[in-house]
Amino acid sequence: MGVDGIGASVRRKEDVRFLTGRGTYTDDIARPGQTHAHILRSGQAHARIRSIDLSKAKAAPGVVAVFTGADMAADGVGGLPCGWLVKNKDGSPMKEPAHPPLVVDRVRHVGDQIAVVIAETRAQAKDAAELIEIDFEQLPAVVDSKDALKAGAPQVHGDAAPGNLCYDWELGDKAAVDAAFAKAHKVAKIDLFNNRLIPNAMEPRAATGDFDPASGDFTLYTTSQNPHVIRLLMGAFVLHIPESKLRVYAPDVGGGFGSKIYHYAEEAIVTWAAGKVRRPVRWTADRSESFMSDAHGRDHHSHAELALDKDGKFLALRVATVANMGAYLSTFASCIPTYLYATLLAGVYTTPAIYAEVKAVFTNTVPVDAYRGAGRPEATFLIERLVDIAAREMGMDRVEIRRRNFIPTDAFPYQTPVALQYDSGDYFSTLEQAQKAADWAGFEARRAEARKRGKLRGIGVSTYLEACGIAPSNIAGALGARAGLYEAATVRVHPTGSVTILTGSHSHGQGHETTFAQLVSETLGIGIDQVDIVHGDTNKIPFGMGTYGSRSLAVGGTAIVKALDKVVNKAKKIAAHLLEASVNDIEFKDGKFTVVGTDKSKTFGEIALTAYVPHNYPLEELEPGLEENAFYDPKNFTFPGGCHIAEVEIDPDTGVTKVVNFTAVDDVGRVINPMIVEGQVQGGVAQGIGQALLENCVYDKDGQLITGSYMDYAMPRADDLPSIGVATHTTLCTHNPLGVKGCGEVGAIGSPPAVINAVVDALKDHGVTHMDMPASPQKVWSVINGAHRKAAE
Amino acid sequence: MYDFAYHTASSAADAAAKAKGKSDAKYMAGGQTLIPTLKQRLAKPTDVIDLGGARDLKGISAAGGAVTIGAMSTHAAVAGSADVRKAIPALAALAEGIGDPQVRNRGTIGGSVANNDPAADYPAAVLGLGATVHTDQRQIAADAFFVSVFETALKPGEVITKVSFPVPQKAAYMKFPSPASRYAMIGVFVAKTAQGARVAVTGAGNGVIRMKSMEAALDKNWSPAALDGVTVPAGTCNGDIHGTPEYRAHLITVMAKRAVAAAG
Repeated sequence: MGVDGIGASVRRKEDVRFLTGRGTYTDDIARPGQTHAHILRSGQAHARIRSIDLSKAKAAPGVVAVFTGADMAADGVGGLPCGWLVKNKDGSPMKEPAHPPLVVDRVRHVGDQIAVVIAETRAQAKDAAELIEIDFEQLPAVVDSKDALKAGAPQVHGDAAPGNLCYDWELGDKAAVDAAFAKAHKVAKIDLFNNRLIPNAMEPRAATGDFDPASGDFTLYTTSQNPHVIRLLMGAFVLHIPESKLRVYAPDVGGGFGSKIYHYAEEAIVTWAAGKVRRPVRWTADRSESFMSDAHGRDHHSHAELALDKDGKFLALRVATVANMGAYLSTFASCIPTYLYATLLAGVYTTPAIYAEVKAVFTNTVPVDAYRGAGRPEATFLIERLVDIAAREMGMDRVEIRRRNFIPTDAFPYQTPVALQYDSGDYFSTLEQAQKAADWAGFEARRAEARKRGKLRGIGVSTYLEACGIAPSNIAGALGARAGLYEAATVRVHPTGSVTILTGSHSHGQGHETTFAQLVSETLGIGIDQVDIVHGDTNKIPFGMGTYGSRSLAVGGTAIVKALDKVVNKAKKIAAHLLEASVNDIEFKDGKFTVVGTDKSKTFGEIALTAYVPHNYPLEELEPGLEENAFYDPKNFTFPGGCHIAEVEIDPDTGVTKVVNFTAVDDVGRVINPMIVEGQVQGGVAQGIGQALLENCVYDKDGQLITGSYMDYAMPRADDLPSIGVATHTTLCTHNPLGVKGCGEVGAIGSPPAVINAVVDALKDHGVTHMDMPASPQKVWSVINGAHRKAAE
Repeated sequence: MYDFAYHTASSAADAAAKAKGKSDAKYMAGGQTLIPTLKQRLAKPTDVIDLGGARDLKGISAAGGAVTIGAMSTHAAVAGSADVRKAIPALAALAEGIGDPQVRNRGTIGGSVANNDPAADYPAAVLGLGATVHTDQRQIAADAFFVSVFETALKPGEVITKVSFPVPQKAAYMKFPSPASRYAMIGVFVAKTAQGARVAVTGAGNGVIRMKSMEAALDKNWSPAALDGVTVPAGTCNGDIHGTPEYRAHLITVMAKRAVAAAG
C-alpha cells in the first residue's frame, strides 16, 4: 500500500474548498438573464381551492410570469412518480394518488405548492405572491397515522386512497409465529412511537432551470444526491423531455441525509417554467420552506411482541406498524417501512420466526421518506428496546440475553426468516470490545458516585445490524423497485499518467473525492493528488444511481475498482509489448510493470503515454487509449453491525438528560480511510442522540406545523453531545472485492436505542419500562414527578 | 424583507430627530431580533434608524455603588468588562450566556431591554437588580419599565441611553434554556440588596416578573433551603411543546434555589 492507499487517514481533499468558502453550490451558479421563482405555499393543512385570482400578481412590478397547477396540467405535465411499488397482502398494488408539482384544486399539507411567481428579483416574486387571492374552503385535517385509519377520519385523497390507506403489507410466516407464541414461556411487549424528524441539511434545497432555445436542451442545476435518477424521473414521467435533451447537474451539495434523494416538485417547476419563459429560473428554499417541504423521516406507530422460551431464547417476533406517508408518496417512501424495515427485524439474533404487518397511511403532513438509516433505525429501535424489556421480564442480564440469542460467528452466511441473507459478522467481538471501551464492568460504581451527587445514572447497550449497499437490482426489482440499483464508473487515464474518475455516486459530505482517490492510489500506485473525482453532472458521468443507503463505497467504489482492473489488464498488455514479454509474465506492483524475475520494468506513466502516443504499440490487437468503464450490480446487501453503549446522567430536579459517555464499535467491513469513517460514525451518532433526546416534529391537530423553525425544533448542538468513542472491528464483506460494508448510517441506526435503554436504566427505580423519543427534559421530569407522587400517596 | 428607508444616527438626539414625523420608525440596536423579523416579513416599518454609530450610547462605568452601561454596549462588551465582572459578576455571566458569539457581538443591552422579549435574559437582571433605565427624556425604574409581552413604558420615539444597576451584596442568574431555541424557558435572577432580596423570573409568561413570595422567604433566610416550600402556581406560567405550565412553575423554584446557591 502506498501512503495514500487503503487504510490511510489522509486528509479530505475537498475540505480546503469547503472550509475556505470556495465550494460551488447550486445557489452559487448564476445564469445570464436569470429570473427568480417564489413558490406560494399553503398555510392550510387541508382545503379545497374554490378559485385563484392571479391578476394583481401578474401586474406587479418585475413579474415575468405566474403559473398554477392548471397551467402545468394544460401542458401535459405529469405527477411526481413513486419509485417503488409495494403490494397489499392480497397482492393488489398500493394506492398512488396523483402528486402534481403544483396543486390543481386542493392543498393537502402546510407547505403544499399552490403557484409559482417568476420575477426579475426574488423580492419582487415574493411581493407579487402576496397579491395572489385564493378562496379556500377549509377541510378537516388529520395528522396522526392512527387517527387517519379511524372510521370517519378526514380523507386526504378521497376515492384515490379510501380510508387513507396506501397499502396493508405483510412479511414472514404468520402461522409459524402464532405456533411459537402458543408455546412461549414468556412474552415481552412494547408499544412505541418512533418520532417524526425533519432532516435539516445545512444547505437548503435549491434548483435552477435553464433552457437553450437554440438547441432545445434543458438543464437543471439541483441539490440532489442522485442526478441521473432525477433526470430519469423528471424527464420520463413529469416533463416528457428526452434524456438526451436534459442535463441534470448536482454540484457541491451541503448535506442530504436522504432528504435530497427524491424528485421534488420545485425541480420540475423551474425546469418547465424555464421553457415557458425562455429564461433561466432559479429557486432557493429559505429555512422555513425546508421545514415544510423537505421530506420528513420516521413517524412509525408500532406494537411488537417477542416470545421467549424458559432460557431466554427468542422463539418468535410479531410486529404491527402504522407508517405515516404524509400527504403524498415521495419517491422512495413506500419501500422504507417495508423492505428497508421489516426485513431487518431479525437484527443480530437467531429469532426463527418473524411476522410483520405494515399499514402505510396518508395524512395532511409533509411527505415522509428516507432519512439517515431509513427504516433500519426504526427496526433497530424496536428490537433493541424489546430485548431490554424481555431481559427485565425474564429477570436476565441485558447483555447475557443478547449473547444467548446472537447469530453465532460461524453461522454465516445466515438466512433470516425475513428474506435477508447475512454474509458476515461477529457480534460477540463488537460487544466485548465496546463493553471494554465503555468500562461496562465499572458502571455500578459510577452510578453510585452519581447518586451521591443527586444524579440518576444509567447505561444502555444496543447490538444492531443494518443492511446497506443497496442493492442487487434483480432482488429489488422482484420486490417492486422501479429502477436498477447498480453503480457505474469510468476511469480515464490521461497521457501523462494522472487519472480522472467519473462516478455515478454523489458526494454531499461523505468525502468521496478522497476515499475514491485512495482506491486509485492503492491500485495504480499514484498519489491522490494525481487523481480527480468527477461526479454529479449527467453530461459528464456514466449513468449512475447516486448516493444513499451507505452504498457509495460498496457499490460505487466497487464499480471503480472493476474499471481500474480493466485499466491494469490493458496496461499489462501494453507493458508486455514494450518489454517484449508474455503478458502472463508481467507483474504490476507499486506503480511499476515488471517482467517477473527480471529488472525490466515500465512505470504506469510510461504505459499511459504509450497508450496515447502509440508509435510502438500492438495496434493489431489493442485499441489505443487508456479509459475503461464498469457497471457493478451488487450480489447482495452488505451488513454492517456492531455495538453502541450510551451512558447518561439525569438531573431529577429538571429532567435534563446528558449523554456523558458514548462508545461505538462498528463492523463496517474494510476501512479505506479511518478518519473519514470516524467522522461518518460521529455524525450519525450525533443525529441518533438528536432523535433520542431532542428532535421531534410536532403538528397540532389542525395540521399546523408547530416545529417550523429552530425556535421550536430542537436540533442537537455540539454541547448536547459527549465525546464519542469510535472504534471498528472488521469482518470482511464476502461478496464485493474490497470487502467493504458501509459506514454512513450506522451511527444513526445503532445509537437511539442505546441512549433510550440508558435512560430507562437510569429511571428503573421509578417504574419506567419504556420511554418514547425524544426523552425531553419535560417528559423525563414528568415521569420522575409522577413516580414521586405515586410514592407519596 | 419589505422596503424601508435606512438611516444612521450619530447620537441619541440625532436618532430621536430622525424618528420624528415618520409613520412607523424602528430603532435598530444590534438588530438581532429586528433583522430576522424583517427577513421573515413579520414587520413592515417605514424607516429603520440604526443606532450603531451613536457614540454617546456606548461605554461602561462603575462608580458610586452602581454599574452604568451604555445602551449600545454589546453583550460581549458587558461580559468582558472588568468593571462589570468585578462589581456585578452575575451580570457579566448573564451577558456571556446570551445567544451565541455572533449574537453577543451584535446584540446590545438597550436593544434587548427595549424589545422586552418574554424569554430574554437581560430583563431579569434589570428587574432583579432594581436597575434604572435612562432614556433621552427621563429615568424609569425597572419595576415600572416592563409592561407586557414586547411592551415597555417607552413612548414612541423615546431612546434608551443607558441602564444603571445598583451593585448588590450578592446576585446570580440561573437559566434553563429551551432545548430548541436556547432562549430562557425559565431564567431566575436573584439579588441580595440593602433594601432586601429581589427575585426576577423571565421565560415563564408574559414578560419578566418578580417573585414576591420568594423574596419574602429569602429576606428571612438567604439560603436555597428557604425556598423549599415556596412553590409557584402553574397559572403564573405559559405552556408550549417544551414545557407545560406545571413544569415551568416547578423549574422556577429549582432555578431560584440554584441561583441562590450560586450567589453564595
